[in-house]
Amino acid sequence: MSAPGPKLAVFKFASCDGCQLSLLDCEDELLAVAGAVQIANFAEASTTVIEGPYDVTLVEGSVTTPHDAVRIQEIRSASKYLVSIGACATAGGVQALRNFTAVDELASAVYAHPEYLSTLESSTPISAHVAVDFELRGCPIDRGQLLDLLTALLAGRRPNVRNYSVCIECKHRGNVCVMVAHGAACLGPVTQAGCGAICPSFERGCYGCFGPMESPNTKSLSGALLGRGLDQTAVLHLFRTFNASAPAFEAASRAQEKGEGRR
Amino acid sequence: MSHKTRDLTVEGLSRVEGEGAMHVVLTEGEVADIKLRIYEPPRFFESFLRGRAFTEPPDITARICGICPVAYQMSSCQAMEQVCGVTVDPPIRALRRLLYCGEWIESHVLHVYFLHAPDFLGVGSALELAADHRDLVERALTLKKIGNDIMEVVGGRPIHPVNVRLGGFYRTPTKRELRPLGEKLRWARDAALETVRLVATFDFPDLEIDHELVALHHPDEYAITEGRIVSDGGLNIEVAEFLEHVTEEHVPYSTTKHSHMLKRGRFLVGPLARYALNYDQLPALAREAAVEAGLGRVCRNPFRSIVVRAVETVAAIEDAIAIIDGYVEPERPAVPVEPRAGTGHGATEAPRGLLYHRYTIDAQGSILEADIIPPTAQNQDAIETDLRSLVAANIHLDDHDLQHLCEQSIRNYDPCISCSTHFLDFTVERR
Repeated sequence: MSAPGPKLAVFKFASCDGCQLSLLDCEDELLAVAGAVQIANFAEASTTVIEGPYDVTLVEGSVTTPHDAVRIQEIRSASKYLVSIGACATAGGVQALRNFTAVDELASAVYAHPEYLSTLESSTPISAHVAVDFELRGCPIDRGQLLDLLTALLAGRRPNVRNYSVCIECKHRGNVCVMVAHGAACLGPVTQAGCGAICPSFERGCYGCFGPMESPNTKSLSGALLGRGLDQTAVLHLFRTFNASAPAFEAASRAQEKGEGRR
Repeated sequence: MSHKTRDLTVEGLSRVEGEGAMHVVLTEGEVADIKLRIYEPPRFFESFLRGRAFTEPPDITARICGICPVAYQMSSCQAMEQVCGVTVDPPIRALRRLLYCGEWIESHVLHVYFLHAPDFLGVGSALELAADHRDLVERALTLKKIGNDIMEVVGGRPIHPVNVRLGGFYRTPTKRELRPLGEKLRWARDAALETVRLVATFDFPDLEIDHELVALHHPDEYAITEGRIVSDGGLNIEVAEFLEHVTEEHVPYSTTKHSHMLKRGRFLVGPLARYALNYDQLPALAREAAVEAGLGRVCRNPFRSIVVRAVETVAAIEDAIAIIDGYVEPERPAVPVEPRAGTGHGATEAPRGLLYHRYTIDAQGSILEADIIPPTAQNQDAIETDLRSLVAANIHLDDHDLQHLCEQSIRNYDPCISCSTHFLDFTVERR
């Protein structure tokens, strides 16, 4: 299978493995992808390792240990295009909830001997450490966007990733607005599209797993949510979950901590 | 035996989920020490669940593992519903099992063909296998996809499904939405039987280990979503009693806590345990496939777990077909769940074995305490025990072959290192 093609590498940092699994979940296209590129380093799927440098490197997960902070530098220098995939790699992920409390407290609650652990105070996105050429959002990423990204890189065009909100996807699907019709707490108006508006299609509010869209009006949305009877803790938690450290969502959750927008 | 010191470090145990390391010390030709070290970075889920709403664990704990999110969703729902005194409607229970069958099919097929089979076939990956056996890899992919299709229709997406909530679902599928799955599953049944026949022909190293086998047991079905916790050593307890029997120990070399059973020691969860304890509950077709594959009622060779996974895939497909055929659209998608102060316990069978959750919440539904024990943590001692026996029996092998055998042995467990908490380095020190 060592067809001469661009070398693709996949590396994992702190994560659930779900975003790299998304590549293996492209069942209909996987063999075509494997035919078009050389899978040079993908530990979850293959024992075979081809030395770098790599043409395209996909990085999953966030940086949470001193060792990983060094490893990402090495990966960057071995990669032509580095693409961070998923909420962990692009915003620190759900484990960035540690950024809001002292990490010692967290460790001692879970582990009897926190002194055995080597961990950083914060969980940070790949872009906080090295230059990143492109980011795919989502918890997990969307398979369609991943395939489009790989096709775009092979063809030398821009990936077809939209920066508008989930609301637009709801309109495309003809969904009834879950917030207007059912009073659901929905982050759709401030969340970047890409998933295809899955949650509203299942009659629940969007929980923001693709992170903030370009210039989101979180203040207005927070006000609307509070106006519908959500308490401040609920609004805070809504912004502070899977993309808690994405700047726009972090600002929105901190605003709730300060009691802003209360009616 | 040689008295000279030999050090061997091989980086990167591949085809496992997550990263860990293995260290073997051989002194004077004897096994001196074996450690499976896991340094997957800790993510502190149990800590940051504190103060969150009781409704959030199904979405949040799913992120512990991208391979078995449904297991996390189901164990957390069970625990919270127990605290709140809620029992779900029978059609919702059936739909949950269908969603879980989807995860079993996807996860088992991924492991059988993509993570484990390459060891037996002498290739680096299933993708390399496609060069000479494209039809086989295509079959694997189609089969795996059917598991994902179930999760997509019932759960919204295969990884981190969005449709699960306490008390049931946000929206239940229509009969019409499920029908195409039923048709695909009939093809899948034959493909899964072919899979059992294929893996049964593999060459298995001789290794029989006497671990105490622990799994959920349910009288009427091959237990996945609920049951009592039983063992072949006479354990028979309610899920709520689990922590009275199992303790966790934090060891210096790992971010995964090791589990032991009080007064019993190491134990084993996962396919071998489930198969032995629930053989009578297997659907007839799966049992026939097991017999044809030469599996006895009990299988203690961890290398043969690949055959058991294939048999369990047949079982999950049979179950999914039955659920779809008997599906009646529920009157309501979920039972209302109101918070109530207390502690609840949940345990379900993740593809890798028993997954236990415990939560304590207050009357307003705020989480005071969370405890999660994933299957790979429970199996860590069993994995080390297998390695010890295997290395002792094969000490004559050179480092390369010994390393390969050890890696394969770790993969027998389909270890989900992400679940527990990165690198599998392999180090042999011969002194």
